[in-house]
Amino acid sequence: MPTPSAANLFNEPGCAVNQAKGDKQRKVGCSARTLTPGAAAGGCAFDGAKIALQPIADAAHLVHGPIACEGNSWDSRHALSSGPQLFRTGLTTDLSELDIIHGGEKKLYRAIKQIVERFRPPAVFVYVTCVPALIGDDVEAVCTAAAERFATPVIPVVAPGFVGSKSLGNKLAGRVLLERVIGTREPDVLTPCDINLIGEYNVAGELWQVKPLLDRLGIRILASITGDGRYHDVACAHRARVSMVVCSQAMVALARGIEDRYGIPFFEGSFYGIGNTSAALRQLARFLTAAGAPADLAERTEALITAEEARATRALAPYQRALKDKRVLLYTGGVKSWSVVSALHELGMTVVGTSVRKSTDDDQARIRELIGEEAMLFGQVPAKEMDRRLRAGEADILMSGGRTQFVALKARVPWLDINQEREDAYAGYGGIVNLAHRLHGALTNPVWAEVRRPAPWAAADAPAEAAP
Amino acid sequence: MSAALLATKACAVKPLKVSPALGGALAFLGLDRALPLLHGSQGCTAFAVVLAVRHFREAIPLQTTAMSEISTILGGADNLEQAIENIFKRAAPAVIGICSTALTETRDDDIVGDLKLMRERHPDWDDLAIVYARTPDFLGSLEQGWAAAVEATIRALVPPGSGRKRLRQVNLLAGSHLTPGDVEAIAETITAFGLTPIILPDLSGSLDGHVADAHVPTTLGGSTIDAIRRMGHSVLTLAVGDHMRGAAALLEDRCGVPFRVFDRLTGLAAFDGFVAELIAVSGAKAPEHLQRQRSRLVDAMLDGHGTLGNRTLALAGEGDMLVAMGRFVTELGARVPVAVAPCAAPSLAHVPAERIIVGDLDDLEQAIAAAGADSIELIVANSHAAEIAQFFDIPLMRAGFPIFDRLGAGHQVTVGYEGSRTLLFALANTFIARGHAPAAAAAPGATLPPFVGETDHAPASSC
Ligand code: SF4
Repeated sequence: MPTPSAANLFNEPGCAVNQAKGDKQRKVGCSARTLTPGAAAGGCAFDGAKIALQPIADAAHLVHGPIACEGNSWDSRHALSSGPQLFRTGLTTDLSELDIIHGGEKKLYRAIKQIVERFRPPAVFVYVTCVPALIGDDVEAVCTAAAERFATPVIPVVAPGFVGSKSLGNKLAGRVLLERVIGTREPDVLTPCDINLIGEYNVAGELWQVKPLLDRLGIRILASITGDGRYHDVACAHRARVSMVVCSQAMVALARGIEDRYGIPFFEGSFYGIGNTSAALRQLARFLTAAGAPADLAERTEALITAEEARATRALAPYQRALKDKRVLLYTGGVKSWSVVSALHELGMTVVGTSVRKSTDDDQARIRELIGEEAMLFGQVPAKEMDRRLRAGEADILMSGGRTQFVALKARVPWLDINQEREDAYAGYGGIVNLAHRLHGALTNPVWAEVRRPAPWAAADAPAEAAP
Repeated sequence: MSAALLATKACAVKPLKVSPALGGALAFLGLDRALPLLHGSQGCTAFAVVLAVRHFREAIPLQTTAMSEISTILGGADNLEQAIENIFKRAAPAVIGICSTALTETRDDDIVGDLKLMRERHPDWDDLAIVYARTPDFLGSLEQGWAAAVEATIRALVPPGSGRKRLRQVNLLAGSHLTPGDVEAIAETITAFGLTPIILPDLSGSLDGHVADAHVPTTLGGSTIDAIRRMGHSVLTLAVGDHMRGAAALLEDRCGVPFRVFDRLTGLAAFDGFVAELIAVSGAKAPEHLQRQRSRLVDAMLDGHGTLGNRTLALAGEGDMLVAMGRFVTELGARVPVAVAPCAAPSLAHVPAERIIVGDLDDLEQAIAAAGADSIELIVANSHAAEIAQFFDIPLMRAGFPIFDRLGAGHQVTVGYEGSRTLLFALANTFIARGHAPAAAAAPGATLPPFVGETDHAPASSC
């Protein structure tokens, strides 16, 4: 099976990164970053594709490959569903040596059959991983045959790990939705306030911080792509009035594709922080009104914003003193850095440095403006360097993903999860209060003073706690 | 005891298996100043790191040769060489433990030959130990990968020849079902007999959850290369876990060190056997505190047998975990109507379950559903089984790998007299907390209806 032609995938005029590049650079595309053997970190394209599609909760997600791809990774993502749980069920063809020698096509077909008979899903996504791509399994043909035979959409997702990074996988997943899913179903009812949310995966239930706000405005999420998503709804995305891309560079291509094909405009926004949330709501109202929503939408939106902002500000007050001027080191994939930075500023905190690994030049300029000349913008930081900075006391808290948490904790510095495995929802007006609560808890925990105590044998003059 | 049943289906549902390369990497993490390296695409390493981090709650040093589509087709030697060189320069490890993946094994490269040529080109690597283990995805699960890495380490680092034996030195080959806490407890017992153990691999030194003074990019603690080189001088190899048998036999072949395999060290009889061996080798008397510990375990068994007798447990996990857990609970009068293993292994012959399925957690779920949720009172499995346990409203005792929804997975001790006693109490208290007496369905003689697998022709897994 041919692996996707990365070249035309990156012909993406809507992508700000590409716009900012010169002609020559643009042709190189974004995937040309070659990895250094022995010094690489990060997930593969399959990982990225699965992150983007798996939140479609009623679909089956079948991983075609040897055990490493699914056996080591299922049940590890924290996207939530309000209904069906099939998406969380690890499914894999677990290819054996014989399968690899003779080809895995027959087994794949039988696996699809088994899944359709047992779970009756509205659709099956089939992820092609490195080994079947290498041995040339014709997954496309198997999926077509199975779809016909079992009268169920069976959608190949050709993003084997070795073609590139997680964000390439995101993009390939977006392409799959555009080419194979969106436009294949029709909604039962349409409203003039139907929107698509793209790139919000409902990690820790963040979508549910936002949805009630939209509900109160009468704005309907027609297709959530893909947080707490349903296959049918995603397939109806071509009937929305506007798409909002939530903090996801990789998904801009999908929004652009939807615009090109179906004339649905899109904008990029974020639900991190009070200001960003309000701005996103205003944008939605503006686009919807232009597309024929009731004229009072803008007014109702303003009223909601005023009330919610006041409520959030009141709820934040008790945390303000402890958080003020505390120094944060932010280390994320970088996609949402700018929105998190502005959220932290709303809490009165100082961002002493942030990673911009995946941020566009625009975003970087935006961040630079936000955090000032003093602060660092950096790419990948070796753990050793991070450790040095933290031990030198350059930050009061590290916000990062699970992989770097122990760098902070072993340096006895507070840490807060901002990536995939975060347990709290930080989006929307309620989310920023959660964030403040978590930060406050991490920073003021008395445990830091405890764990920094010298051992009794280390310093004779250490203040030992004697019984009164 | 029953013959293992192979679930024959094309699609594994809720996999119990992890990749052998992950098992191999975990074993290499038990070497001092080590950096394991997966020879494959970067995603394999990323997933393995995330899972190991979630289990141990420690930073996990693990690198990748970052194979791309093109380098896979052209052959991986260049990437491998670059990876070793980069790691050598940046992290200065004492040892790099390489694990292959399905991707690189599909191409049948001659890695061993390649490594030889690389060494010739890089005289500066002379002090760097390099171990290469074959751990393609289709060769088993965690245990098999772990065993392959241990055997590869012996092959690469223990010089052949019997040499002069040191009378007080023994080898301890620790299986993958032992936690860092278990390994430490076993080593303490050996030391109590005046013997010096060389432990391979030794997670109790590297993944015991200590706080280092500064960040290091490799493991810190574990079996040292020096010690491993001296394994040929030991008078005896004690192998814990049936999957360590191959490594023990290898040491005997190479260096004439006789071995004893203990399939488990959980339970009175099992640990008695181990202690008897230590008495024989050392010529020493069992220390006072050990005698006391044994007496306490006996007392706990007397106190607990009433609570545990006739209870029914469903187990899922790697072979040697099933042996240890299954035999311990059946010795206390409990029954194991069903046990599920991720792949076939010789150890399964010793799992005292009424039905043994080689399959996945869905097979466990189906077996429980078929028998009726009332017929099982406790599930013992990894964290992936939490949802199943919740669905049936059966308590879950977490064991095996991965355990990511509880703290302290690495520090549970279930070996030795003390560890067995702790386990016994934990089991008994789980039943007591549930309140009700052994269910009628668990009466002697009651058995599960036969397990019906999906009817398909090929097994979901070759292992
Ligand atoms: S890199 Fe390839 S083989 Fe490895 S996990 Fe990703 S898709 Fe699977």
